[in-house]
Amino acid sequence: MSTDVMAPARSTALLSRANPVSKLAAAFLITIALVLTVDWVSATIALVCELALLPLAGLSLRVLLSRGWPILFAALVGGYGTALLAEDSGAVVVDWGIITFSEGSLQAGIAIMLRGLAIALPGIIVLASTDPTDLADGLAQKLRLPHRFVLGALAAMRLVGLLLEEWHTLGMARRARGVGSNGGYAGRFKASLGQALALLVQAIRRATRLAMTMEARGFGGAERTWARESRYSILDLWVLCGAAVITALAVGAAVVLGTWNPIF
Amino acid sequence: MQQDPDSQVVLSRVGDDVAFGAENLSVPRDEIWNRVHRALEAVGLNLPLDRPTSALSGGQKQRLALAGILAMQPGLLLLDEPTANLDPGGVLDVRDAVLRSVQETGATLVVVEHRVAVWADVVDRIIVLDPGGGVLADGAPGAVLGRARQSLLDAGVWVPGHRPLTRPRHDSGSGEQLLSAVDLTVSREQARRRRPARPAASGIDLDVSAGKALSITGPNGAGKSTLALTLAGLLPAAGGAVKAHPALARGVESSPFRWHSKNLISRIGTVFQEPEHQFVTNRVYDELAFGPRQLEGGVDADERVSELLERLRLTRLAEANPFTLSGGEKRRLSVATVLASRPDVLVLDEPTFGQDANTWAELASLLSGLLDEGTAVVSVTHDEDFTEVLGGARLHLAPDGETGDSGQPATARGLGAHEH
Repeated sequence: MSTDVMAPARSTALLSRANPVSKLAAAFLITIALVLTVDWVSATIALVCELALLPLAGLSLRVLLSRGWPILFAALVGGYGTALLAEDSGAVVVDWGIITFSEGSLQAGIAIMLRGLAIALPGIIVLASTDPTDLADGLAQKLRLPHRFVLGALAAMRLVGLLLEEWHTLGMARRARGVGSNGGYAGRFKASLGQALALLVQAIRRATRLAMTMEARGFGGAERTWARESRYSILDLWVLCGAAVITALAVGAAVVLGTWNPIF
Repeated sequence: MQQDPDSQVVLSRVGDDVAFGAENLSVPRDEIWNRVHRALEAVGLNLPLDRPTSALSGGQKQRLALAGILAMQPGLLLLDEPTANLDPGGVLDVRDAVLRSVQETGATLVVVEHRVAVWADVVDRIIVLDPGGGVLADGAPGAVLGRARQSLLDAGVWVPGHRPLTRPRHDSGSGEQLLSAVDLTVSREQARRRRPARPAASGIDLDVSAGKALSITGPNGAGKSTLALTLAGLLPAAGGAVKAHPALARGVESSPFRWHSKNLISRIGTVFQEPEHQFVTNRVYDELAFGPRQLEGGVDADERVSELLERLRLTRLAEANPFTLSGGEKRRLSVATVLASRPDVLVLDEPTFGQDANTWAELASLLSGLLDEGTAVVSVTHDEDFTEVLGGARLHLAPDGETGDSGQPATARGLGAHEH
């Protein structure tokens, strides 16, 4: 019954067939361009393009909202904070004593919010359309990252689901011992702390055993072969071209409309 | 290969996991996939290569680990209690898979085990290690088991054809009803507004009475542990109800799940399968005193603790850290900690799993004594001998799919019908 974060059913979405390395490069390109400027034109264009690409990653707007709402919330808060603190310019829109929003500060707030979303979305698209095992293969075989670290991290991530289960079991086991019956909030906090410590102990034990298993299977040598080859296909070229087009559109429009606002 | 099935799996898909060892040995790619297919066939796992490894049962995980080892084409297989955490069906599956692959590959097999019966018929030589150091006996299985029989029995090894002596039951109990389940459905999931919880077992009616034993049996995945946790007031009922009778509730409300934990521990005690999950202090003495100290009304914790230390032969370990004890000692301690708050109902999840014969006999005798004193004992177990020693009623949960055409979850069978 573990939560299967590691091996979801193979997605049939187009982007899930692209190489994870090219997807990462594409996301990186768009992100870099957006980080360089704070303006609503480039952010809006990038955001619209990214939303249009969602179906290719097998995501619907509904799924995105139900799982990614914390990001939307963070963007809204970021935008609100910026609008509140940015220098006022232009006509005053809202005036509640010390709290004032002017056209200029509102514009800055909206720009920050859109930019936040446009920067977060490529990451979500890559994550949603990428199998962790494929990603590890790509990182180790194409980017030549050290395979010991990549595969170690992959094996460790598989334990996350097991940890969740273990947390629930520990909670019940400790209630059965009468933990947390005394003291209000302080007592409960102490009990949670104890439970976290117990989880840590179990996690370390399990990790030690897993490490032994991996060593017994010959893990840790300098050379190894790969049963699954990480390959580039023509699709990867399209992914990179797509990212280049989105970046060019966003930056170009901002420059032409005169909103380009570099952070430096 | 080691004991814990969950830490024998490295990668998240069946094919990738089997290939892992061969990859590390730099076997060429085409050859790897050949070996993967042959290894999976040898251990009898007919699963698609992209099946998530988290969906496998314990026995399947152990066979998967074996396939991963076979794909490395070793000359020697070294197994450390490979079946310790499996139910009887899983034990035989794994053993047969090991034998088949050893026969096919001609590899040497070395297995470390204290349940001798599983391997006694198939090995050529047994070496018994002396706890004091050195070798106690060495030779052909028949000869060794004959010659060293008594010392093996003393050391708590499970010798084929021998059941340890246990205290017999005397009193069949007053039979006062303590706890009842009415048309109970159990689930580990929480029901959400749109998605109801997937039931692990349903349609369960049972009674738990003072001085009576109830054994919950059934194959893995039938919802036995989930049922036990629900009866113990640790999981909410997904349907129907668990009701404590006035004799047990003693003034608090009737649903054990709603009880405050200090009310729970003096009424229902639960012993988990993994003792370490329940250790909350770093000294055996404090561990035992923890329960009584939560209770209201001037309980003499010290008196109870020394009594339990004595009864479960833990006195010389009073100052030790619970996590440093041996497996048998941890099991005895985890039972003792629950007994310290004197619950009327004791719920145990696979109490005899992986225990040596001495701990087994002690545990069975202890529980038989508690039953005669009027405690109700509910145990989830695969252990036929254990069930027989405790006597009482038996509830068999049938697994998913066997009960009907509509994919119904497990239902209760043979409801407390026959007393032993």
